[in-house]
Amino acid sequence: MIAAIALAALLQTGAAPARPVVVASKPFGESYLLAEMFSQLLEARGFRVDRRPGLGATDIAFRALRGGAIDVYPEYTGTGLLAILGEQPLGTAAAVYQRVSREFRTRFNVRWLPPLGFENSYAIAVRRATADSLHLATLSDLARVGQSLRAGLTPDFIGRADGLPGLQRAYGLAFREVRTLVPAVKYQGLATGQVDVIDGYSTDGLIARYDLVVLRDDRHFFPPYEAAALAAGRLATELPGAVAALTELSGRLDEARMRALNKRVEVDGTAVRVVARDALTSLGLVGAGIAAASPSADVPRQGLMSYLNGERDAIARLTARHIELVALSLLAALLIALPLGLLLERQARHAEGVIRAVGVLQTLPGIALLAFMIPLLGIGVVPALVALVLYSLYPIVRNTYTGVRDADPAAVAAARALGMTDAQILGHVRLPLAAPVIMAGIRTAAVIDVGTATLAAFIGAGGLGEPIVAGLALSDTRMILSGAIPAALLAIGVDAGLGVVERWTRPGP
Amino acid sequence: MLTADHVSKRFGAVAALDDVSLDVLAGASVALVGESGSGKTTLLRCFNRLVDPDSGTVRVDGEDVSTTDPVRLRRRIGYVPQDGGLLPHWRVQRNVELVLRLTERADAGDRARDALVLVGLDPAQFAERWPTELSGGQRQRVAIARALASEPKVVLLDEPFGALDAITRAELQDAFIALRERVSMTSVLVTHDLHEALLIATHVVVMRRGRIEQVASPRELLDAPATEYVRTLLHRARVDRHAAVAS
Repeated sequence: MIAAIALAALLQTGAAPARPVVVASKPFGESYLLAEMFSQLLEARGFRVDRRPGLGATDIAFRALRGGAIDVYPEYTGTGLLAILGEQPLGTAAAVYQRVSREFRTRFNVRWLPPLGFENSYAIAVRRATADSLHLATLSDLARVGQSLRAGLTPDFIGRADGLPGLQRAYGLAFREVRTLVPAVKYQGLATGQVDVIDGYSTDGLIARYDLVVLRDDRHFFPPYEAAALAAGRLATELPGAVAALTELSGRLDEARMRALNKRVEVDGTAVRVVARDALTSLGLVGAGIAAASPSADVPRQGLMSYLNGERDAIARLTARHIELVALSLLAALLIALPLGLLLERQARHAEGVIRAVGVLQTLPGIALLAFMIPLLGIGVVPALVALVLYSLYPIVRNTYTGVRDADPAAVAAARALGMTDAQILGHVRLPLAAPVIMAGIRTAAVIDVGTATLAAFIGAGGLGEPIVAGLALSDTRMILSGAIPAALLAIGVDAGLGVVERWTRPGP
Repeated sequence: MLTADHVSKRFGAVAALDDVSLDVLAGASVALVGESGSGKTTLLRCFNRLVDPDSGTVRVDGEDVSTTDPVRLRRRIGYVPQDGGLLPHWRVQRNVELVLRLTERADAGDRARDALVLVGLDPAQFAERWPTELSGGQRQRVAIARALASEPKVVLLDEPFGALDAITRAELQDAFIALRERVSMTSVLVTHDLHEALLIATHVVVMRRGRIEQVASPRELLDAPATEYVRTLLHRARVDRHAAVAS
């Protein structure tokens, strides 16, 4: 018997060339935590895991799953029903689970694994003082006084059918003002009185910390949001053992446990991997030996410097990836933008129109551009590079065009009068004289690139955006800074370095 | 050497050149004089095809320029613009070598240095300077050296001394006169300064509103102004006929 288990384990681990399981999460605390638990559980069962935490939001994560870029991520049945299938809320948790299981399997070849055991519904929360003075206990109460209150809602909630639009219809609810707040700041915004109402999750650890009142959904607008692993159909066919391993978690996490785990991450600031490992250990899913081997268990919040020091290997790796993204996208942008700028100088009639069109790309919100990329290019480095290239084009095209066009007119006229051909004027006069202007455009593009590349984390391309996105989701300032500080230094360094090149390209004395 | 035969050119509604005919003999030094808009610069530019006339024929050394490749034509003709037009990213030496290098002359370096000496600039002192390190007069001297370095038969000068202060202008006019005594060339110079024209030209062409008022030697112009306009011009310039034409 033991031999058989050992053999099975050997076969599984021995089949090492098997591809890794790609585990993703959405960018909020609980999703990170569940994804990390999935990952550690899979690793404990001998699978290799490729972690892609913090993917954009529901839209991006689900497109990535359908497109085969990821294998599994934690999702909620209510979200699947309303946001993905676009249906109306219906009945019990079991009915919703049945509905999404059947529909996702036939329509998308995506499997809902058995629920993890807890529900995490939207929780509309107010300060206790607000609830007391206005006698608020239910969402119907809120609808009565909504006109006098300011709401701070997450972009995801504002946009989703099962978010603000549906809520407004169901309760006839209207606020005096709706502000968009990212998850990282909404609790602080509420606690400090910047807003009066926020959307949270019922399992958020921060609800208890800030002494908030969650208003009851007395018309049952929000459907049951049972948490479950959402897995690509091909995972079941290619790595059935991985699906089996993930189902070990089914039914094992109740709401109280989940809230406690979330609190450790969101309030105490314990590292996600530590909380995930402790949770799996206490559930008896992984051996305690692994836990004991790790020295960093439950250290209370360290200072920033010691945190950065502890993370330096990860920061170095992320910085290297960041530089890689910036360098490659800048190179590609150069190869496109330089010839385009020169071509436009010859086709002055079309120049402004084309440059304006390129400029429009610049104004697209980064996250939207990335979301457009997913159906075409999936997630990861390639779509991130394409998006970064599109963002880098404008300053280079614009500066190449104007630099070459406006190059010292007297010098250009004299060169023509003395018998230079157009090509010679371009090569010997216009380009050398425009070089500093073109370099300035490249420099601008590079600095923009360093900043924009942090968004690449939303589609799993890595880079210094990874700790920024995760830190925002987990309200962990140190984690945000561990990405933001190197990114800022990188931007300064790139700017200074290219500044030297710019001086060097300046023609003449 | 240079011929314009019934040449007309319009820019929109404005007739820059209105049926202009002119013969410039080899070795002559012609000054085109007139106010702004008289067409003098347009006429100059017809000779190296910076302007193509609407009608009429322009010949250089007997050859119809409209059938000549403009690039090859320009390399055979020296050109000095008003502001020098030196390439700011090239040192003096490289600027003077410009046409020599375009025509792939092996002795470009030596010839450029000779040209600098010709315009009164010591190569040891000036060859390695940047254009920004020169005075206005020095820049124009370099521009003239650049025009002469390949020893063209024809040199066109577009208000070459117009932007200089009075003293520097006088120095360069003297240098130009001295230069013409040592180098055989045909030159056409545009100026709005009648003094300058009378001083350095063998033939003065007075232009007005796209037409030629008079073509004459300085002496003839002073003695017998052909039109009322020329007379007015001379009067307004207060030309002292004895001082102006010393030679």
